[in-house]
Amino acid sequence: MGTKIMNKTAKGPLIPYIFWILLFVIAPIALIVYYSVLDLNGNFTLTNYAKFFTPVYLKMTLSSFWYAFLITLFTLLFAYPTAYLLTKTKHKQLWLMLIIIPSWINLLLKTYAFIGIFGLYGPINAMIEVFGFNPKQILFTDFSFVFVSVYIFIPFMIIPIFNSLDKMNPSLIYAARDLGASSWTTFRRVIFPLTIDGVKSGIQVTFIPALSLFMITRLIAGNQVITLGTAIEQQFLVSQNWGMGSTIAVFLILFMVLTMLFTRQKSKGGRV
Amino acid sequence: MKKLSAMSKMYLIFVFAVLYAPIFYLIFYSFNSGGSMNNFESFTLEHYAAVFEDSRLIIILLNTVLVALLSGLIATIIGTLGAIGIVSIKDKKMRNTLLSLNNVLIVSPDVVIGASFLILFTMIGVKLGFASVLVSHVAFSVPIVVLMVLPKLLEMNTSLIDAARDLGATKRDVLMRVILPYISPGIFAGFFMALTYSLDDFAVTFFVTGNGFSTLSVEIYSMARAGISLTINAISGLVFAVTVLIVIGYYFINKRSKSVATGGHR
Repeated sequence: MGTKIMNKTAKGPLIPYIFWILLFVIAPIALIVYYSVLDLNGNFTLTNYAKFFTPVYLKMTLSSFWYAFLITLFTLLFAYPTAYLLTKTKHKQLWLMLIIIPSWINLLLKTYAFIGIFGLYGPINAMIEVFGFNPKQILFTDFSFVFVSVYIFIPFMIIPIFNSLDKMNPSLIYAARDLGASSWTTFRRVIFPLTIDGVKSGIQVTFIPALSLFMITRLIAGNQVITLGTAIEQQFLVSQNWGMGSTIAVFLILFMVLTMLFTRQKSKGGRV
Repeated sequence: MKKLSAMSKMYLIFVFAVLYAPIFYLIFYSFNSGGSMNNFESFTLEHYAAVFEDSRLIIILLNTVLVALLSGLIATIIGTLGAIGIVSIKDKKMRNTLLSLNNVLIVSPDVVIGASFLILFTMIGVKLGFASVLVSHVAFSVPIVVLMVLPKLLEMNTSLIDAARDLGATKRDVLMRVILPYISPGIFAGFFMALTYSLDDFAVTFFVTGNGFSTLSVEIYSMARAGISLTINAISGLVFAVTVLIVIGYYFINKRSKSVATGGHR
């Protein structure tokens, strides 16, 4: 249908856009790949890749994956029931809006809040003391890192799941119940499979950023957690070793592509 | 529809409480005359006054808004034209390729975007600062504008264009008086998304900002690394107020255009 518009407008509109794609989509990827095979003096080398497969980097990659997995899992566990219950509320669009608002507050500010909340004299430790325990350092632990990340990602997980639950035909659930399915069976065999696309998009927008976060690790986790993102930032801005940073970035891109393939929607035109 | 059980209500209240608690916690202590986020001594507006008296901070705030508005505007122009261009491509393969390329920056981790842009700017000799930040923000906002405008273009009835042409409209007229007005809700939505992307961005800016120039996110980061400062809390109060206003505005535009897309992520 849209193809017809073409004949009636010039190719002109496409020129700045194509220019943008070449300069800011294709060139940066090419440059990252190019830099990944350069040493500190700008000569060709594969040592960066060799270095990536040493235990230090492999361990870092594995732990980054582990944290990203934990973050995604907990985000999903909290987000799914929330999205489900939201679709049952009376003014569901309004409630969804209220879920979205915190996600529009600057990430840094929300992270900063937890420096106070988890601090040695913060409200959480005050609560711990009420129950007769000694206050302890919650900040700069991997727990605080996972907690804050889950907090940050929950709205982004809720939105796609809410949308797919909202689109679901409710008579399917009634049919399942009428045919004698328990509520758990209904959920497992009807509701969840029908909303799997929403879950997949939710995983996509959580898992990939969770691999690459670096400000939360720096502010909340101290040096307890090093993600792939932290390592890239470290190499680029602290060690000034762009080659190694680019190599890690190449792998991060590869993991991203794999995640995308893994969470790809089967039905056509799921996302524009 | 059945009413929610007490358990379900409790759960929802719990989730909302957890989502909002940190934000209100920040805002609450922004009125604290003590210097910390622990003991509330007495009510004061001194931290808000401190924000407005700090001329460096004000300049950073203005820079942030300027970058957001400018990058939003430029990205909206490039993105809208791009979307019009994309729907006009006949070759399906070509069109899908462009759409895939369009989504690369949306799904890419921002660390990778930041690092690769840093290499790019260094290579072509762009000085790090206002220009590099602005260009980066334009670059990562273009794809979201395209995604917001495309559905509007696709739902447009082509006979509108045929009719305009039959009635003697030039190509320019068709674009300016038929296509653009029809897709304007998508354009506004795209502009809004671009604004929020820009205002919210930290990682990309952090990489390409250099020494002299700073945006709010980057400034908050360096302040937070130095420890707790209630000036940040006062900024949170201001940001929260502005965000709520933007969200309300976006909500109404969205409602009018009945766009399906909700929220964005960077």
